Amino acid sequence: MLVGQLMQQGYQCFGPGVENGAIVLHELATPDAIPRGLQAVQSPGRYQLTQDPEQRYFAWANGPQAIKPLAFAPTESLWRVARDASGTLQFSAVLPAAPKRALIGVRACDLAALALQDAHFLRAGARDAHYAQRRDALLLVAVQCAAPAATCFCASTGDGPTPTAGYDIALAELADGFVVEAGSARGQHVVDALRLSPALAQHIDDARKQGESAAAAQTRRLPGRNLRDALMSQLEHPRWDAVAARCLACGNCTAVCPTCFCHAEVDQPALSGESSAHVREWDSCFGESHGHLHGFNVRPDIRSRYRQWLTHKLAGWHDQFGRSGCTGCGRCIAWCPVGIDLTEEVAALTAREATP
Amino acid sequence: MNDAPHALDAGPPHAATVVARTQESPTIFTLRLRLDDPAAQAAYRFAPGQFNMLYLYGVGEVPISIMSDPEERDGIGHTIRAIGRVTQGLAALQPGDQIGLRGPFGNGWPLQEMGGCDVVLVTGGLGCAPVVSVIHYVLRRRERFGKLVIIQGVKHAEDLIWREQYDRWAKLPNTQVLVAASEGGALWPWHVGRVTDLFSLARFNPERAVAMMCGPEGMMRAAADSLLAHRLPESNLYLSMERNMQCAVGRCGHCQFGSAFICRNGPVFNWGKVKTLLGHRGF
Repeated sequence: MLVGQLMQQGYQCFGPGVENGAIVLHELATPDAIPRGLQAVQSPGRYQLTQDPEQRYFAWANGPQAIKPLAFAPTESLWRVARDASGTLQFSAVLPAAPKRALIGVRACDLAALALQDAHFLRAGARDAHYAQRRDALLLVAVQCAAPAATCFCASTGDGPTPTAGYDIALAELADGFVVEAGSARGQHVVDALRLSPALAQHIDDARKQGESAAAAQTRRLPGRNLRDALMSQLEHPRWDAVAARCLACGNCTAVCPTCFCHAEVDQPALSGESSAHVREWDSCFGESHGHLHGFNVRPDIRSRYRQWLTHKLAGWHDQFGRSGCTGCGRCIAWCPVGIDLTEEVAALTAREATP
Repeated sequence: MNDAPHALDAGPPHAATVVARTQESPTIFTLRLRLDDPAAQAAYRFAPGQFNMLYLYGVGEVPISIMSDPEERDGIGHTIRAIGRVTQGLAALQPGDQIGLRGPFGNGWPLQEMGGCDVVLVTGGLGCAPVVSVIHYVLRRRERFGKLVIIQGVKHAEDLIWREQYDRWAKLPNTQVLVAASEGGALWPWHVGRVTDLFSLARFNPERAVAMMCGPEGMMRAAADSLLAHRLPESNLYLSMERNMQCAVGRCGHCQFGSAFICRNGPVFNWGKVKTLLGHRGF
């Protein structure tokens, strides 16, 4: 009903579906295209689809991607340059088309991550036009997470599992229906059109309790909300060597991280030689080119790259954005091919015992 | 440092034409560029220490510091070492060729706050490029500053560019030029050894001096130790940092150094802001 109403209001609707064996947000062809009963078991280095016996719509924790690629595109042209026969260059800006999009089923961790991406790309006086174009066209329908994965730890970062901000509409899925709440004027407009009956106090209470038990069910946690000083005082800890010996520097963690914003700018010249596109694409601080500097690399080894990632995420962000860059989604744990667990590494690095 | 002109210039670049090209050494060259749009050229302002992104058609962009004086009107000077894909391509450009330019970016050296001070410049390798604009700046406004001490270190004697300029500067009153090469050569008139050997020869009043450094980080760490040991206050010690800048507007993330985006918060920093992380390799 909600999807149908959104489609009627001209939104391109994105919702959960299965692609390549994982739950992703993809475009919904019809109002009833959201599958029921999907679930996924996640653990370090493991993601496996299963069935939810209760056949609910949203009884799954996050898949590898959600909002990030729809606001910060994995690859896009920033500008183009044409060259005529005389060698004269003509530069022109390229802006993406951004149709109105409704994302259905986004989670609290990803809303918190989107707020951080907004802080980065929409900094006052320095708005990124490409990001802004897509971001402004998003209508966000959040869902309370009722079934966290073993990799989830949003309760310890303070970002979930119940969405509290950043959505246009929030849903809580109960055994016998949804509790719906508007979080913006745009969201209210959609909700009004649905002509729903008011939620019973019992339902609202059930939703609250569901959120509390989802938080209590989380098995992983970070040892604090601000680990900046704890980490920055351990820059030569032997644990960095131990994690570097396991890490493949594949960059999966940064690709699935909803807050990582690094991107490379590369030129893609046309085969005709008559034009070239200046393109940005997601980049990773685990890649060899990230720390490249004329003739040498400032981060030549995996130890320094892992340390760069973790200290930026959990320390540098406090200075840059006023909070940690981790919202507890746990994707970097599930999608790490060797199962490196961020919470475990942080615990080891910040343990009170003297370094061995 | 807050007076540096700031344009949020995320692109596309402005077309610019090479008006002059000078070969400084076998691998180092200087391009003087002029923006093709006369209004943009007339409006272009920068502070010594800032940099531009230079774009070579179909290849990409590189950050290059501006070495000319802000008041020069015969083009924006960039001294470049041909070392990577873009810079090797830029090396092939001739006057009349067109490229792209965005900028200026970053902050500049805190020149406004240095009135009356002795100015100590410490550079290593091609590090002299961001600082040579300061030399020009001080020499053009000589009465505003005290002593000028130019300390330059190079690996090999033949790496020293602007040799005649160093000779010329050395003859100026109230100006001291100290040059060291780790490996000297025939007719090398200056010191053979490390740049830090030169500090005991430098004559300046540490209580009324400002030092600016640019070059390899190991060299700057050693130079900072020497300068601080000579009782230069830490608050008067500045350096220019380099990282892999791709967007130049604080977005792409490559130039992060701790929590600083070097392209936006730097490239010039007070020593106190970066000294801790500079003590660890890999940031």
